[in-house]
Amino acid sequence: MKRGRLLKRVYMVAVFGFLYIPIAVLIAFSFNESKSRAVWGGFSLKWYVNLFHNEMILQSLAVSLFVAFLSASIATVLGTLAAIGINNMGRRARGAVMTLSYVPVVNPEIVTGVSTMLLFVVFNGQMSKFLTALLGTEVRLSFGIVTLLITHITFCLPYVLFNVSPKLRQMDVHLYEAALDLGCSPRQAFFKVVLPEIMPAVLSAFLISLTYSIDDFIISYFNSGTVQTLPIAIYSMTKKRVSPEINALSAIMFAVILAIILAANAFDAARERRLARALRRTQWEAGQG
Amino acid sequence: MKSKLGASPYLVWMVAFVAVPLAIVVYFAFTTKDGAFTLENIMGLGAYTTVFARGILQAMLATAICLVVAFPIGFFLSRMAPAHQKMMQMLIMLPMWMNFLLRTYAWMTLLERNGLINRFLGLFGIGPLQMINTGGAVVLGMVYNYLPFMILPLYTIMVKIDPSVIEAAQDLGCNVFHVLGKVLVPLAMPGITTGITMVFVPSISTFIISRMLGGGANLLPGDLIELQFLGNSYNYNLGSAMALVLMVIVLLCMSFTTADTEEMEAMV
Repeated sequence: MKRGRLLKRVYMVAVFGFLYIPIAVLIAFSFNESKSRAVWGGFSLKWYVNLFHNEMILQSLAVSLFVAFLSASIATVLGTLAAIGINNMGRRARGAVMTLSYVPVVNPEIVTGVSTMLLFVVFNGQMSKFLTALLGTEVRLSFGIVTLLITHITFCLPYVLFNVSPKLRQMDVHLYEAALDLGCSPRQAFFKVVLPEIMPAVLSAFLISLTYSIDDFIISYFNSGTVQTLPIAIYSMTKKRVSPEINALSAIMFAVILAIILAANAFDAARERRLARALRRTQWEAGQG
Repeated sequence: MKSKLGASPYLVWMVAFVAVPLAIVVYFAFTTKDGAFTLENIMGLGAYTTVFARGILQAMLATAICLVVAFPIGFFLSRMAPAHQKMMQMLIMLPMWMNFLLRTYAWMTLLERNGLINRFLGLFGIGPLQMINTGGAVVLGMVYNYLPFMILPLYTIMVKIDPSVIEAAQDLGCNVFHVLGKVLVPLAMPGITTGITMVFVPSISTFIISRMLGGGANLLPGDLIELQFLGNSYNYNLGSAMALVLMVIVLLCMSFTTADTEEMEAMV
């Protein structure tokens, strides 16, 4: 039994080592004085200084954040409305919509990227000529921020739907009706009763969309034209033989991610403690009464 | 609240930017540059059989390795104290949050000819070994990038396995292998199929891992497609045919594993 325990521990350490050593090496060499990726030349912060003077990186970060916030917001609103509408559909219609929603989730990202790229190309060909003639002004959709936004909203939408739908199904349908009976307009009933009830799912859908959008490379790569998002800028840096600024960027991203996760966890723990305390108090009060 | 109208903007959007684009891919795959119907694009793919075969083989190998490595991890995790489980889950997810380009770049620096691994081996008088720009490096990149996608569904399903079921099997005379084959694997099957899809699909369609770790000689189907759309080859029709075939391969894989939709919903 004891040998089994040891074996298990060795195995776990090996797998976690495999997951973390490459990242650790990357971060360690961000403090390397020399340009080499394998020889230690002394401690230095110069790659961080270079990074913060790198126009390309800063610009692409701004693009990434802008696209992420805008597309996540739009996707969250559209997806939440859709979840409510779909919740009221019959079984068969709901199944059809869900199938359509799974397409971008299961399709290889490269196929999704290529397919929207073709859509925009076709639009700029025949469609654009037709619309231009019809409306009298030039109608074109050149690759850039707009096409990026459209594709990002598209791949975020299903995740919003899948996050919000289960929460809606859990909700007591009579809550909404009760609000109406008590004199709410449908609009008030939605904003005062339904929305607060599903808010946690809506928020987590927004956060998921945000991270997917910031992280996406493949779909953006085919639909961004000359505009660079952060992952595209990283890709162009990896094509150069040696660029230690990437290491510095990785270290910063790792630190930011770690901070966010730890903060979220601390927040969760605090909420649980508050809940437990409230529970104890009600029990105590019940005991008094 | 009773209205279905809320779904209409969503439906219009999804049809316009998911269904129509896929229809355009199919259209391009079966037409020439002038728009005439042809089967030439699909027929022409015969020339790329080796690339597709390599892609399928490497993706299958990576998926198998992930499954074998992840299965014990998922099990060990599921038997830990709940507080530890939460921390371990976070430790597995943390690397996933790093952009995959950075993760792959990390391996580039480790595997290169005068990289850290070769320098380390050099201390013992071994090498330098040719590691980067090989098929092995590509498979390694896939395993590294997608291993958490295998561990998490396995863990999620194994948490639900009652420990007394395993004890009962042991009491009834099962050895380790019987417990594994007759109890654990069948019970974990939904997690296994989800994990297989979640590793195989991104592996077969990648073009970055092969480019960064495989050099020019280890093209994958994804590289071919990228070359037709943004690279030097520049042939949308041929590229669409390739994309279509890739989609069919993925669909076939999914129909074998038949990932349960409820299960998928739980994963995303």
